[in-house]
Amino acid sequence: MDWAVYLVGAAMILTGALGVILLRNPVHCALMLVFTMFGIFLEFINQGADFLAAVQIIVYAGAVVILFLFVIMFLGVDRKEAIGAERLRFQRPLAILLGLVALVEILALSRVDHWVSGAPAQSGALKGAGSNVAKLGQSLYTGYLLPFEMTAALLVIAVVAAVVMSRRHQPSAGEMSPAAQKELRESHQSALSASDPSLAGRLEAPSE
Amino acid sequence: MIQPLHLLGFLGQASPASSSGCTIAPGGFRVDGFCTDPGSLHIPVAYRSIIPVLVLTIGALVMLALSAVLPKRARPGLWPALTALVGAFSLAGAVWQWYDLGTAGAAQPTIGGQIFYDRFSVLFLILISIAVIFGALSADSYLRREGLDGIEAYILMLMSAIGAMLMAQSGSLIMLFLGLEIMSIALYVMAAYHRRRTQSGEAGLKYFILGSFSSALFLYGVALIYGATGSVEFGLIGNFLTGNVIANNGVLLGGMALVIVGLGFKVAAVPFHYWTPDVYQGSPTPFTGYMAAVAKAAGFAGLFRVLTQALGTQQANWRPIIWLMAVLTLGIGSVMAIAQKDLKRMMAYSSISQAGYVLVGLQAASATGTSGALFYLFTYIFVIVGTFAVIGLLQGRGEARSDLGVIRGLGRRQPLLAGVMLVFLLAQAGVPFTSGFLAKFYVIQAAVQRGQYWLAVIAMLAAAIAAFFYLRIALLMYSSDPAEPGPLPVDVPPADAGVLTLGLEPIASLDLETTLVIDPPSRGPVPVPLAVGAVLAVSAAFTIAAGVSSFAIDFAKQATTLF
Repeated sequence: MDWAVYLVGAAMILTGALGVILLRNPVHCALMLVFTMFGIFLEFINQGADFLAAVQIIVYAGAVVILFLFVIMFLGVDRKEAIGAERLRFQRPLAILLGLVALVEILALSRVDHWVSGAPAQSGALKGAGSNVAKLGQSLYTGYLLPFEMTAALLVIAVVAAVVMSRRHQPSAGEMSPAAQKELRESHQSALSASDPSLAGRLEAPSE
Repeated sequence: MIQPLHLLGFLGQASPASSSGCTIAPGGFRVDGFCTDPGSLHIPVAYRSIIPVLVLTIGALVMLALSAVLPKRARPGLWPALTALVGAFSLAGAVWQWYDLGTAGAAQPTIGGQIFYDRFSVLFLILISIAVIFGALSADSYLRREGLDGIEAYILMLMSAIGAMLMAQSGSLIMLFLGLEIMSIALYVMAAYHRRRTQSGEAGLKYFILGSFSSALFLYGVALIYGATGSVEFGLIGNFLTGNVIANNGVLLGGMALVIVGLGFKVAAVPFHYWTPDVYQGSPTPFTGYMAAVAKAAGFAGLFRVLTQALGTQQANWRPIIWLMAVLTLGIGSVMAIAQKDLKRMMAYSSISQAGYVLVGLQAASATGTSGALFYLFTYIFVIVGTFAVIGLLQGRGEARSDLGVIRGLGRRQPLLAGVMLVFLLAQAGVPFTSGFLAKFYVIQAAVQRGQYWLAVIAMLAAAIAAFFYLRIALLMYSSDPAEPGPLPVDVPPADAGVLTLGLEPIASLDLETTLVIDPPSRGPVPVPLAVGAVLAVSAAFTIAAGVSSFAIDFAKQATTLF
């Protein structure tokens, strides 16, 4: 049974992944990505990782790919991208080579398991009763309570920072554009040395 | 059945262990593992351990709420005053914690093992609270001069202080990373706060990109350490490494190296310092002082926690790395500072070289070295915030100029301001009867005690090199002012000014549609606002007092609870 679910999931993942890179229409590509996510969801369920499976659907399929779709819609679906003309001609063979190297590395590492010498308790089934979603939730609200609460600080910063960075400034009299700042800078470079030759001479000496 | 978080843990009263599963140590300081009893959400929260963080968080949120209900143009000076008040409450809380802890021995992890409640962290809480007060007071007049006054800067300042405090208290790598991000993201925005100055936007962008990169490296290191030891809590990592000998420690060493890189970036240690000159030069000047004080202190607190508490058994592996970083930081910081023509850029390299001395204290991995480093960090905030406050006063509107010429003749124009600046310069140079001398003395003494004679010699040589450029600024202040009417010429050097910059490439296409008022400072004396004057007076007084009496080093010694 496990094997059957695994094979179905793997087939979905591969089909979806191939669809993402082979289909012409970007909207179809994004939808194929959702298909891949569902395949991964199946595999997580199969492994008993319920929480990861739920997050996979809610965050990736539900939010990230929808964002992709929004971006594609905003930019225009019918735009033709010239994928054939690459600036770096060697990058395609290089990508294949590096991908193979990474694959060999992973396979080799999975054989040589003593390289990572962690605490043995970290592998194996969860201890005690209860699903892993409940355990994760408990751990979040007990052991990791403070980090969980303090992520709120990050959200406050995000709000304040967005206000700071996006607010339009009303230019008032006497203010300078960046181009004018640059011009002023250049014109006064010479004036500075001229007005204070002793300073200019002394300051430039060590840098020569 | 889900029970609400009960408040019995308030102020450390022992809370009853839940019906099953949880093991709660006496005193309610820690929960072992997590509660396996379904529905149990018991955790004793020792609120006394997070008083300053709570004060700052509540203060920031209350200020945000106030800003929404008050009229748009609130009284000028309201927000900095409130920020300083919040900082003062946080300082009072930290001082109370200091006496509450007494001379308790080893660090106690609390709130689920995520933070430590010990005198080591309380020293940093005091330090960061003082930096918030000083930062708010010295930023007020600057922001008003630049037309940037508003509540956002102060909220960001408070939030970054929260992150720094969490880093200093962190008891696990997760908490350390979260603190690092809270502090850094607020600081990125503060660096770019002067939106109309192209340099400020550039500084923010560079700091953000490189900082995110270093955070990613740090996180990768955290993952590797977790993989190698099976825990993210410093105490548990330490226990695991004490009880087990790892035969193949490649993963552990890789994680350690990446964590050192991530934190080394925050403290601006060579070779992770490339962002420093550009960011220090481009950021609004009072924020530069705040950033230099807080980010460095928090970064070093994190380094001390990880290296001595979690990886204390791996000293043989990390001490040589820190040794090399200390030598490079001391040498490159001091030498590069000499070649700078811009005052802020010179102070950036100077702060790099100052980080080198703290690294000397860290690599000693001893009680002497740690107390020396703590003394260094504690006294340094007074010096660096004061220095940048003086520079901010002199620059003129729009940060019109910050080259060395701006300080020329200051001794004649404003003897008092020049005198205060002289104290800061002498302290950074390490002249006796200032805190800087004792700070350098203690860390070098620690190196000698561990038999690191070469490191001691290199540190002293670097101090001699650095003394050259500090004294050059001092001489320039007291040299004659070229008699010439009218304002000083404007000189806003581009980021790549000078020959020996060796920094990052300037970002050419950063074309913000913004405008800036540039108004060069006049030849006459600049007005010193009351708040900045108070900051300068307190800083200078402390710098001298810590240099002639022993109260500060006693404080640092009592805070050395790591050994």
